[in-house]
Amino acid sequence: MKTLWRAVLGVGLSGICLGAALGVGKDAGGEQVIRVTAQRFTFTPNEIVVKKGRPVVLEFSSLDFVHGFNIPSLKLRADLPPGKITRVRFTPDRAGEHPFVCDNFCGEGHEDMHGRIVVKE
Amino acid sequence: MMQRRDFLRLLGAGGGAVFASGLAGRAMADYGSNKMAGAYDDFYFVQLSDTHWGFKGPANPDAANTLKHAVAAVNALKAQPDFIVFTGDLTHTTDDAQERRRRLAEFRDIVSGLKVKNVRFMPGEHDASLDNGAAYKEMFGETHYAFDHKGVHFIALDNVSDPGARIGEAQLDWLKADLSRQKKDAPIVVLTHRPLFDLAPQWDWATRDGAQAIELLMPYANVTVFYGHIHQEHHHRTEHIAHHSAKSLIFPLPAPGSQSKRAPLPWDPAAPNKGLGFREVEAEVDASRYRITERPVSAG
Repeated sequence: MKTLWRAVLGVGLSGICLGAALGVGKDAGGEQVIRVTAQRFTFTPNEIVVKKGRPVVLEFSSLDFVHGFNIPSLKLRADLPPGKITRVRFTPDRAGEHPFVCDNFCGEGHEDMHGRIVVKE
Repeated sequence: MMQRRDFLRLLGAGGGAVFASGLAGRAMADYGSNKMAGAYDDFYFVQLSDTHWGFKGPANPDAANTLKHAVAAVNALKAQPDFIVFTGDLTHTTDDAQERRRRLAEFRDIVSGLKVKNVRFMPGEHDASLDNGAAYKEMFGETHYAFDHKGVHFIALDNVSDPGARIGEAQLDWLKADLSRQKKDAPIVVLTHRPLFDLAPQWDWATRDGAQAIELLMPYANVTVFYGHIHQEHHHRTEHIAHHSAKSLIFPLPAPGSQSKRAPLPWDPAAPNKGLGFREVEAEVDASRYRITERPVSAG
């Protein structure tokens, strides 16, 4: 792996996250917290902009399927079971773009379920 | 039985490009039913893949006919293959379990028109991932199996019944046990749907535990993998193991990772079967080598 990213995958349970569909970002103790909704066949938001050097927490809520979240370039992946929040943590240490994809086949639009993380200076 | 020399003559008479997988040469006398020196018993099989029966969309407005044309094209081959294999995505996915069964049944009825009756099937994620292969098994039986043909050991691996693209521990144990009965230099062909290696995981073109299967195969000197899923011809090696993907019979997809979206290539009304096709694989048993000939979808 070329990047020097430090990545920690955390999976937490805290019930259904109401309002997650807007992907509201917030700052909790220096972390960039991004809420992401997974629903056949989209991630919302599907473009996630974060700042280099600050820890990121992606909080996933899946509405209808055990979708997968996979960023191969960061070697990060998680299953996203409905009914709970799944957290993925990492700290980007360089600017760039990283595509992500649902890697659990979820139906006819599965091939459209993807997005990207953009890391800015 | 067709001999290799005859087959090559046939290629010269109108075949497509030939790609030799180039496995290490070896004597044929070690295995198989033909142990007489010089008595070639080469054979060939046909691989068809990703027929996606039931697909409707602008990527192939002629989808209701493409599979039928492919069947006609195979039937028109001057020399018929020993057997035919479909490497998955027989049907296009649907959430409706009844419709899934209807599509599988229609597919089965259409391919029953093949002259060659020795036909091997395996599922793709479109057939099997939404019900863990239940409907597929009802119609086509087990999703992983092995068989021998004229000295070559064939292994069909299922990396799609798990929607997460895992082969799974149980099947890997089965693979290990099956391989343990093979000599280390036995000619082995693996048939599967997804690539076993990480071809383009950002497009979900991978098998999550494919590395474990490759690790089990690695001690065997003569292993070749034929797969589908990516709707185009592609050739790759993991050390000495060759991996060859097949074209689809519904629509072509872009080169792995070449763009952000793995959307079908636009349909060309001037060339409606462009990018589609099937392949002949000639097993040269004496040299543990496979000659691949790509064929278009036309019965002409």
